[in-house]
Amino acid sequence: MVEAETPVAPSETAPSPTRVYRHRLPVRIWHWVNAVTLLVLLMSGLMIFNAHPRLYWGQYGANDDYAWFAIGSTPDTGYVRIGAARVETTGVLGRWTDAEGVEKTWAFPGWATIPTSYSLADGRRWHLLFAWVLAISLTLYMLWTAIGGHLKKDLHVRRDEWSPRHIWHDIKDHARLRFPTGEAAARYNILQKLSYIGVIFILLPLMIATGLTMSPAINAGAPWLLDLFGGRQSARSIHFIGAWVLVAFFLVHILMVLLAGPVNELRSMVTGWFRLPVEKAK
Amino acid sequence: MSGVMMPRRELIVRAGGLAAALPLLGACDAINDAPAVRKILSMGEEMNRASQRALIDRDALAREFTRADLSPIFRSNGTRLPPGAGYAAHAAKGFADWRVAVTGLVARPLSLSMADIRAMPQRTQITRHDCVEGWSAIGEWTGPQLRHILTAAGVKERARYIVFRCADRLGDALYYESCDMVDALHPQTILAWALNREILPIANGAPLRLRLERQLGYKHAKYVTAIEAVDSLDGIGAGKGGYWEDRIDYEWYAGI
Repeated sequence: MVEAETPVAPSETAPSPTRVYRHRLPVRIWHWVNAVTLLVLLMSGLMIFNAHPRLYWGQYGANDDYAWFAIGSTPDTGYVRIGAARVETTGVLGRWTDAEGVEKTWAFPGWATIPTSYSLADGRRWHLLFAWVLAISLTLYMLWTAIGGHLKKDLHVRRDEWSPRHIWHDIKDHARLRFPTGEAAARYNILQKLSYIGVIFILLPLMIATGLTMSPAINAGAPWLLDLFGGRQSARSIHFIGAWVLVAFFLVHILMVLLAGPVNELRSMVTGWFRLPVEKAK
Repeated sequence: MSGVMMPRRELIVRAGGLAAALPLLGACDAINDAPAVRKILSMGEEMNRASQRALIDRDALAREFTRADLSPIFRSNGTRLPPGAGYAAHAAKGFADWRVAVTGLVARPLSLSMADIRAMPQRTQITRHDCVEGWSAIGEWTGPQLRHILTAAGVKERARYIVFRCADRLGDALYYESCDMVDALHPQTILAWALNREILPIANGAPLRLRLERQLGYKHAKYVTAIEAVDSLDGIGAGKGGYWEDRIDYEWYAGI
């Protein structure tokens, strides 16, 4: 069997693995600014949600109206309700115990929110400031990807990559944890391209647009936003769902980094330099 | 059944407690409370105010809905019944003796009765009320435009803000709010005495509440007793322009 001859950790035993300059400075800066910004936005957003842990569809929605999603509590449990389905979440959502051992019935627990104790005012301050950081950095990054060639060089999906066979092949490789080696590892694969394009050009703009749709002043200036999302409460629901799609992206992203070699991946996002994984012996 | 549930629940509770005990979280709150951070955080409000004032037409109207869009029940929040014998006496008499003082930087201070207010030209609008907490309710409001009242009182050029004094006492102080002249003179800014074609209920601010349609609910002062034109918010309450602004640092500009 050839496996016996395969070095256990090829990148460590190889004399001088090829290094490539994979991430340019704007990519690295935006990546880390974004990482902090999205974390602050998520945690402060959960605080804002705690003020009214119910979601609706349409123009209006308050306590007497039907909520399609709610986090709540009974005298001794906490629960999440989606439509008619109710899941008990005691200890984590709806009813939990804080650091001092005091039972709380806020939707999301203190360790997940900014600040850790209930303050809608402070949650809003953090959220509405970092929303600016997100919007400005995303705009600059979009401009740079278009002008600096990142879009064309790294994110552009080539015609052959669009073929279902190619995409299916890539999905199978990911599922088998078979990652590209050599030159191919320096480029984004099709699933990476599609997820990055989806986050940068669809999901993040959607979060900003639904966020703005919740503003009564912006509703007056741009009422078409209300029509686009079907009302302020629909926009609030989409905003909440979008946040969890971003969390899902983050989890898969972290998983991929861990599987592909966390030190090498992290270094490339800090210094820009990436060591090409050596091809396993044939 | 509960015997099976308890250990797991306790485990989860304990895990949650452990996570909450992480020193990181204490550091987060220390950052949140640091004066320098408070200052940086308040930049967001100023950026929102400046950009919205610059980009949105000063007379751009909040969406007006139809009667088919009305919330089946219009929720009330905050004070639902102002405490005290004074307000109760007014309520018992159907607010027949209620007066609204118009003072400050005006050429002709006024003292308006409810009859005076109902005799003015009226505006009716079906709008969405957005609470800072996140919920919304649609209601039909009727009352005179604030700009009509301010014109009648001869508001002076120097006036930069309008302060609304209220009859409801929360803890140690009476509720109050304020807005700039852009919102004060906005066509949809009215002093409503009717909700959904009925006399305004006490829970929603009887006999008179402000509608400031392009800002969040806490700006819409209820139980209004006085309208005061000023050139500065210093010296009013704690100087931040509103009851909640003074106490828990809600934004004074609540357009988002």
